[in-house]
Amino acid sequence: MTAQQSGEVVLNLSGITKTFGPLVANDSISFSLKQGEVIALLGENGAGKTTLMNILFGHYVADAGTVTAFGHELPKGDPQAALDAKIGMVHQHFTLADNMTVLDNIALGTQSLFRPSFDRAKAKQRIVSHAEDFGLSVDPDALIADLSVGERQRVEILKALYRDARILILDEPTAVLTPLETDALFRTLKMLVAKGLSIIFISHKLQEVMAVSDRVLVLRGGKMVGEELTANTDRKALAGLMVGEDIQPPKISEPQTGKTVFKLKGVSAKGVGTGADLQDIFLELKAGEITGLAGVSGNGQAALAALISGTLSPSKGSIDINGEAIRSWSPRSALAHRIGRIPEDRHAVGMIGDMSVTENVVSERYLGSRFSKMGFLNWGAARRFAESIIRDFDVKCPSPEARVRLLSGGNMQKLILGRAFDGDPQMILASQPTRGLDVGAVSYVHAQLLKARARGAAILLISEDLDEVMTLSDQIIVMSKGRLSSPSKRGARTIADLGTLMAGHGFEGASDISSKEPDHAA
Amino acid sequence: MLLDAFDIFLTTGFWVAAIRIASPLIFATMGELICERAGVLNLGIEGIMTVGAFTGWFTVYAGGDLWTGVMVAALSGALFGLLHGFLTVPLGLSQHVTGIGITLLATSLTYFTYRVALSESTSPPKIEPFQPYPVPGLSEIPFLGEILFMQTPLTYLAFIVVAMVAWVLYRTPLGLAVRAAGENPVAVEAQGISVTAVRVGAVMVGSALMAIGGAFLTMSAFNSFFFEMINGRGWICIALVVFGSWRPGKALIGAILFAAFDAYQVRLQQVTGGVIPYQIFLMLPYVLSIVALIVVARRASYPKALMVPYQKGER
Repeated sequence: MTAQQSGEVVLNLSGITKTFGPLVANDSISFSLKQGEVIALLGENGAGKTTLMNILFGHYVADAGTVTAFGHELPKGDPQAALDAKIGMVHQHFTLADNMTVLDNIALGTQSLFRPSFDRAKAKQRIVSHAEDFGLSVDPDALIADLSVGERQRVEILKALYRDARILILDEPTAVLTPLETDALFRTLKMLVAKGLSIIFISHKLQEVMAVSDRVLVLRGGKMVGEELTANTDRKALAGLMVGEDIQPPKISEPQTGKTVFKLKGVSAKGVGTGADLQDIFLELKAGEITGLAGVSGNGQAALAALISGTLSPSKGSIDINGEAIRSWSPRSALAHRIGRIPEDRHAVGMIGDMSVTENVVSERYLGSRFSKMGFLNWGAARRFAESIIRDFDVKCPSPEARVRLLSGGNMQKLILGRAFDGDPQMILASQPTRGLDVGAVSYVHAQLLKARARGAAILLISEDLDEVMTLSDQIIVMSKGRLSSPSKRGARTIADLGTLMAGHGFEGASDISSKEPDHAA
Repeated sequence: MLLDAFDIFLTTGFWVAAIRIASPLIFATMGELICERAGVLNLGIEGIMTVGAFTGWFTVYAGGDLWTGVMVAALSGALFGLLHGFLTVPLGLSQHVTGIGITLLATSLTYFTYRVALSESTSPPKIEPFQPYPVPGLSEIPFLGEILFMQTPLTYLAFIVVAMVAWVLYRTPLGLAVRAAGENPVAVEAQGISVTAVRVGAVMVGSALMAIGGAFLTMSAFNSFFFEMINGRGWICIALVVFGSWRPGKALIGAILFAAFDAYQVRLQQVTGGVIPYQIFLMLPYVLSIVALIVVARRASYPKALMVPYQKGER
């Protein structure tokens, strides 16, 4: 795409600095974007990518630096000014109102608030024509709540195009998409560029960055640490820049598969939040194996995790542990059966932010004789337990008395690991264990899970990160709309196969999907 | 006796009373509905109605025109709305606690002002209230004309307000912004509209309507101001908004239904002639509204961001 590199500069950021208390989120960052160019902004969680884009879009006010779009400097902290300058942003968390229609969401704020009536017909016509021009098919009268995640993203992009955006910023756009939807998004981006738009693509996924961008900017710890033409670099070099050190991929030994520890037989249960209901689930977890559960979020993973950790009761079916049917199931009985739990949301469920490290680590066991006697807490023993976790799991915290919410995500997760792994659990439920962690913490969590596997624990790894699932799992199951696919051994299904299942196709007769492979080739 | 109890529904007097009783509820329900649609629960409603009842009436008592009284009531309501909006929107305080605080403050401030301003009078002074105004032509329709078109101008205004609220909410860009602020404020901010302005504005307009609802009692239904005269009507309106699933038309039906129960129980007391204790009848509309809420509100989908404070720059 050399032709585009001669395009004129449409956006220029110069010396952007932003601090939150002692944290320097952006340290004097400068770059420019040319007409028809796709820039990838690559960096780990917490590298400062989102902060930078929020400054550009006026959600935050920078401490220093200027943003210039099409030759005009933008006033600080004014989203309207960014919109007027034809900058559109597709946020990581969609900014759509679910109970309103596509048309309402797109047209919101595009007509004067003091007009006596809203020109629906005109808005609808404009949406339809833009949707056709850019190949973004969507029904203007559909409720957002009825749309799939991929469709919602199309609405977000249309929202920007409706306002004649010439610069489009996409913040982690693929995080919520299935592989198929991701491909569709990339086709859309190509079409946008062909029509002269310029794009900033924010991501921490290397293969996507390589696939869509002309130029890559790498952020680390709030600083710009590298700028490369995509054609002149490769994944390995970018990974090194992004992390700042070499991360070794985990070494995975042959599984020492043991007896069946945990079994769900025909279990159905009501969904959690907006997630799907569980339908007739059969699941078998064996000692010494990691079972990976892949799927797009909201397909019942949360309900399955809640079921296993005891906060949700099955409406149908039974739970067997070590071959014995369990009659009453609760969080207490899950603990009694030595199931270690790493919950999906460590802030909301895993830890109590305003309580101390010590209080949090004993929160699953303070009733037992180990930490209490005749109704009184044994603070000495609790503190020694906290200190042992801090030491063994390398938790960086000022003291066992520190409030947990002051800890970073990685350190909080280490505390949860310490708590879950205490007492050598025979089974571990790891729900999104690496979400939002930096690469160092991710590899630590992976190593700990593999260690537990080597000790003979049965592990269920629920993750939306397909790479993670495919790397760690001895067998993989896909979840879609509350149903489970048949398990497949490591390497038996390709990414494309898994993607098809994640999109909800091929669940009937799913057990022989790997034998269908020759058909694909034909 | 059973036949008598049914015959009540056929009298025009009953329906005229029902519409009259409904009028203040309609104003206040629309006010609360606007606030909640923008995402702010306004429990100050009971106090704001008290303020409106007093200021509107007092303006007329002090020599003002009736419509000036309505304006003053609306303005004083908007002022308390501004206070509620400021505390709950930019400051993001608990909407429950603030609302109850506003009700306590507004009510006691009103009683205090009344005592200070009218320290000499032993019985509440009277004003010349709004008189029924037969709408030319329409009032001659048999039965319906008498019920709907021989009311006071404030009652007509109540119905016009419902139409206006429905129009603005569903047919204008402003209404779209208000509804979106109650569904997902982030979506509003991302489209370049200030959530703070939309929400505070909605609370002020809503509170002004609540105050007019209060003023209806002293300037149209009665002709003087009593302590405790709002008597829980504000709380009923909160329930009516839920009953109406946050939709103006449905809420209007709810208000008329409740008022009809209220008018009915008074007449039923006379028909039954004291066999049943009258408190049972007084209780009836409230029991029925609880039953209606149980039936209707379980299915209601409320504004997603209701009672969720929005702070710019936080995610």
